[in-house]
Amino acid sequence: MRLLAAALLGLALAFAAPALASDAHPSLAEMEGEVMCPICHTTLDESNSAAAQRIKAFIVRRIRAGDTKGQIEDKLVADFGPSILAQPPKKGFDLLAWLLPIGGLLAGAVAVGFAAWRWTRSREPEPALAAAGPLDPQLERRLDEELRRYDE
Amino acid sequence: MPRSLKLGAQALAVAAVAGLFALLIWRVVHQNRNTVAVQVEHGKTGPAPAFDLPRLDGKGSISLASLRGKAVVVNFWASWCAPCKREGPQLEASWKAHSGQGLVVLGIDANDVSGDARHFARRLGLTYPLVHAPTTIWDDWGVTGVPETFFVDRRGRLVDVHVAGPVLDGANRALFERGIRLALRS
Repeated sequence: MRLLAAALLGLALAFAAPALASDAHPSLAEMEGEVMCPICHTTLDESNSAAAQRIKAFIVRRIRAGDTKGQIEDKLVADFGPSILAQPPKKGFDLLAWLLPIGGLLAGAVAVGFAAWRWTRSREPEPALAAAGPLDPQLERRLDEELRRYDE
Repeated sequence: MPRSLKLGAQALAVAAVAGLFALLIWRVVHQNRNTVAVQVEHGKTGPAPAFDLPRLDGKGSISLASLRGKAVVVNFWASWCAPCKREGPQLEASWKAHSGQGLVVLGIDANDVSGDARHFARRLGLTYPLVHAPTTIWDDWGVTGVPETFFVDRRGRLVDVHVAGPVLDGANRALFERGIRLALRS
C-alpha cells in the first residue's frame, strides 16, 4: 500500500514539476500557442499580423523582465479581455467549456455500457426455451431419424 | 427498454438537435446586425452605445455620457496600425481647430498593448482624450480595422457618417468634414 502511494506521489510530481517550471519560466514558443491574435482569431504562432507581432514582442519583454506565465496572461487579459487566451479560464461560466466535454464523455461511456449490457442480455437463451421440459417421445424419435438420415 | 422510455429518449434527442439548429440559425441571422457601423450605414442615427473606459494614461475614466453637450469624434486606433501614425497628428489639428465650438476627439485604443499605445501617443504628441478598451468594443461598434471613425452629436446620437481609413485620405476628407459639421450642428 505504501509502495503504491509512493508510486502515485512520484507520478504526480513527475507531471507537476514541468508544469511548475513552465509557469515560472515560460518561453515565447510555448505561449504563442496559448495566446490569440485578436485581429486574425488564430493563435499567435499562426499569425504574422502587426498586432500579433506587437503581442509577441510584449511577451518577450515580460519574459525577460522575469514575469511568470500567469502574470503575463493577467496583463494580456487586462489589456485585451479574456478572449485573448486560447483556452477559456477555469472559473465562472467558462468552466462549462472544461466540464461539458468531460460530462459528454462520461454520458457517452454510460450509454455505450448500457447498450453493451442490453446487447449481451438479448443474446442469452430465452428463459422460456431453457426451462422447457423434455421433448415428446414421438417427436424425439422423429428427430433422431432425421439426424441419422442427415449423417448418412 | 420500455417503449415509452425509448420514445421519450428519441424525442429528447430530436428536441436537442432542433434546439441547437435553431440557435445556429438565430446566431447567423443576428450576427453583426446591430453594430454601430451597420446602423450608421442604414441611416439609423439612434443613441450611441454607452461606454465608460479607462484613460490611457491611467488617470480616471471617460464615459460617453460625460461628453453630452459636445460633438464627439470617436476614433478607433492602435499603436501597431501604420496609417494611425499619419492620422494622429491630423486629428490633433482638427481637435485644436474645433474645440472652441465644442468638439472633442476621443481616441479609443483597442486590440493593443496599452504600454505600446501610451508610447505611441507620447511620441506623436497627442493631447486629445485617449482611452483603452477591451477587444469586444470592436464587435459592438462593428469596427473591422483601424483607423475607423464615427461621430456622435451633442445629444449623444449617432451621426450617419462613418469613415473607414485615415480621415484625411482621399474621399475620406469630405466625409470627415461632413461628420464634424453634422455633429456640431445638433
